[in-house]
Amino acid sequence: MLATAVIVFREVLEAALIVGIVAAATRAVPGRNRWLATGIAAGLAGAGVVALGTDRISELASGVGQELFNATVLGIAVVMLAWHNLWMSSHGAALAADARSVGNAIRDGRRECSVLSVVIGLAVLREGSETVLFLYGIAAAEGGGSWPMLAGGLAGIAAGIAVGYALYAGLLRIPLRWFFTVTGMLVLLLAAGLASQAARFLIQADVLPSLATPLWDTSALLPQTSVAGTLLHSLVGYEARPAGMQIVFYLFVLIAVAAGMRWVDSHGPPSARQGATS
Amino acid sequence: MRFTAPLAAIVAFVALLPLPLPAAAADEEFKLVIQDHRFQPVELLVPAGKKVKLVIENRDPTPEEFESHALNREKVLAGKATATVLIGPLKPGRYPFVGEYNEKTAQGVVVVQ
Repeated sequence: MLATAVIVFREVLEAALIVGIVAAATRAVPGRNRWLATGIAAGLAGAGVVALGTDRISELASGVGQELFNATVLGIAVVMLAWHNLWMSSHGAALAADARSVGNAIRDGRRECSVLSVVIGLAVLREGSETVLFLYGIAAAEGGGSWPMLAGGLAGIAAGIAVGYALYAGLLRIPLRWFFTVTGMLVLLLAAGLASQAARFLIQADVLPSLATPLWDTSALLPQTSVAGTLLHSLVGYEARPAGMQIVFYLFVLIAVAAGMRWVDSHGPPSARQGATS
Repeated sequence: MRFTAPLAAIVAFVALLPLPLPAAAADEEFKLVIQDHRFQPVELLVPAGKKVKLVIENRDPTPEEFESHALNREKVLAGKATATVLIGPLKPGRYPFVGEYNEKTAQGVVVVQ
């Protein structure tokens, strides 16, 4: 039962952390709860469909369908997170100044939330489909003893959600002055980490060269299977044995999005910056 | 349209996704079978410095996830399904892998020499 809980926890954790960060990052955006719920619900439904279609997806594109599917899902999430950070660079100051008086941001906020809804949906879809498959495997296994294991699975889901919520609650304690800077950094690192994962799938599909396998090996120092390694992997994209191409993707997204944020910040619409001074 | 910017971004991303090239020179194939949540063979010998193809056949009715941090690979297999995983070129050494859904029994190692 414990083993089951640990496996499910590991799968759920990444999605839960993403939901936690996104929920915090959109705290001041009107109507975000509905969007969060929509994203999670759509993600769960999608997870079921993907789990059922595992074999069919796998056979696409001469056997590398699963890799391309994962890389695409990750790539879309990276684009969405980047878009969020650029949006925050022009509206964040106004949101931080006074969440309730940002009349103009409400219309934009809707679009913003639909984007983050997609990010959450994709995270739940990707990690959820593996959880669904795993739990299905347990349920379908012949012989008894599957009920305690399913209970373990549920415990793992609950623990994953609890960690995601703890991250969310912890982030909300950050003073508003620093809040959007911190969530912006987290979203930036998250996007870079997901880009590195996308690169890994493209290497596995033999679409991209690995450049160096591995570029470094810190698996003795901080194994990726350890608690700290798993958390760092989900949050900032830590890899104990990354391919060179993964680091290229990571740095590219990190630098490009950071530069974009800086640019929008200095060239953004004046209405967004007035809020900061009021 | 409210979704224009993100939609355009998605379209651009998908359009730019490189298509997999048709498998060039056939990579050497190595067969791995999953049965009763165990890998056969437990030790798989592959040559160093070459790309090789692992053909993994899951004979169990339940799904499995082939995972190896050492090889930097993960692939989900449905029950009664076969999948391929390309690995290498690798330096000589031992690269353990597991079936993540049945980690206690499903363990193996790719031995590169």
